[in-house]
This record gives sequence, structure tokens and C-alpha cells, in this order.
Amino acid sequence: MTFTPSATPEQTTARQQAFDSLPDPTTLVSREEIRAALLDRHTAATQDKLDAAHVAICGLGGLGSTIAVALTRIGVGHLHLIDFDRVDMTNLNRQQYFLKDLGQYKTEALRANLKQINPFTDITIDTVKVTDENVPTLFEHEDIICEAFDVPENKTMLVNAVLESLPDKKLVSASGMAGYRSSNLVHTKRVSRNFYFCGDGETAPKPGAGLMAPRVGVVACHEANMITRLILGEEDA
Amino acid sequence: MIVNGQRETLEAPISVTELIEERGLRPERVAVELNGDIVPRNKRSEVMLHDGDTVEIVTFVQGG
Repeated sequence: MTFTPSATPEQTTARQQAFDSLPDPTTLVSREEIRAALLDRHTAATQDKLDAAHVAICGLGGLGSTIAVALTRIGVGHLHLIDFDRVDMTNLNRQQYFLKDLGQYKTEALRANLKQINPFTDITIDTVKVTDENVPTLFEHEDIICEAFDVPENKTMLVNAVLESLPDKKLVSASGMAGYRSSNLVHTKRVSRNFYFCGDGETAPKPGAGLMAPRVGVVACHEANMITRLILGEEDA
Repeated sequence: MIVNGQRETLEAPISVTELIEERGLRPERVAVELNGDIVPRNKRSEVMLHDGDTVEIVTFVQGG
């Protein structure tokens, strides 16, 4: 079965209006109040490391959008969000978007949603396709690169390109997360010095057991927690 | 040779490309590390594997 959009022109206009009329989050909270709340939960020693971290997230689907939300919530200071695609209705079964976001670029929609959690996170967006050609320059400012693509050839390209051309960056990737098999099949593995792999390693989507929020979320949070561990100085999986 | 943690006997040296083919894997869906370092994609047919090597083959399926 293929999903066919059925929105009326009025609904499409209403979505755009809703997207354009989010409150300015900097009028809702001060930098000091957010900082104080994070310190209350994490302590200054931990928060200072999170504040200073630069993480690139490649792909803003079920993995990347969920990872970005988790990292924003704990106050990771600098996020670089990369995706060329727009939000589609079939994304809402697992991705951190809302009805107002339909039709928008994922980079722009996710940045707006993250700003409603913490408007003081430094977010850079690139609405581009990641290729072998741009990998060497795209991640200039990041210490940690998160692979969160959907298409296996894109996952493979990014992982190989980073390991070949940026061997000193930390790389966290994922594969095998479809359906509703046991969460306990999912693991995080340190493949080599700077290369981490999360997922069950094998489960691709099939009819009746496609990509669903709970299990994709388990893998996304494996990636997010590995990134958090690296920021805080833990290198073991 | 150890492949993904499993000990295997290698009768004669083979290339990384041959290892990928032998296992029925698609080259555009794998990353191969030899003794902790990536085997660059453009070097897979010339990098030879020997008994005693440790190889990690990471395969990618759809989903994200």
C-alpha cells in the first residue's frame, strides 16, 4: 500500500500558518533559568562538558530527530543538523515532528521544535545531501558524527567516508531496528577505536513490521547515550 | 583469521573484495575493518587477508 496525501488546500494553508506562528521561545524563558534547571539535574561539572560539545547528526528521521531531542534536552551545546528531505505524513509514526511541520524541510522544522525545548542551544543546519565529496569539509567543527540515515547505501557511504577521511572523529552509527522484535536484541558495540555501532544489526522493515517509533527509538537512544558517554569521557560501549 | 569475533580457517590469502563476495554481501552495504583500521573502498580488491588477521564486517540494512 502506498500512502496518498489527501490534505485540502485549506489544511495545507493552516499547517503553514501554524508553522509560522510558534511562540518566540526566548520570550518564554531566560538562558539563566534553563542553565539553573540543567545544573540542578546534572551538576556543573557534567553540564560544562555537555555545553562545550559539538555533535553533527546526519539524517533527521526516526533516529536523528529523536537523538537531537534527547541531546537538546540534556543541554548539549552545539548541534549540526543535516538532511535534504521534507517532512511527510508517513514520518509521523516515529519522527519528532508535528502536523504543522508537514511539507517543511526537516532541518528547519526540527530546529524550530528543538528551540521550543531550549532556545539557547547553538544549532547549525545544512539542507544538503551528504556525499563522498562533502564529508571531508562538512564536519569541520564537530568532534562527534552521528550516522542516522535510513537508506543502507547512504549509511554505508557515510561510515566508510568518515573512517577513510576523518579517522580522528568519533563516529556513532546504527542499523537493524525495524518492527517489534525484542528490545534486548539491540546493543551498542565499539567496532574500533573511534567507531561505534548500535542496533540489532539485521532487522530491515517488512510488511507488518516496518519502522515504528518504539524500536527505532530504542536504537536512537542507544546512539544518543553513546554520544553522551563520549562527551563525558567514557569510551567503552 | 577472526571474522566478527568468530575464528575461521583461511586456506590461502584472499582479498577483501573476495571475502565480501564469498559471504554473499553487497559491497555498497558494508564497511570492513582489518586489524582495527578501515579498508578504504577503493583498496578492497588489493588488500589481502591472511590467517591471523582480525576482520570486522559491518553490514547496513534499511531503517532510520
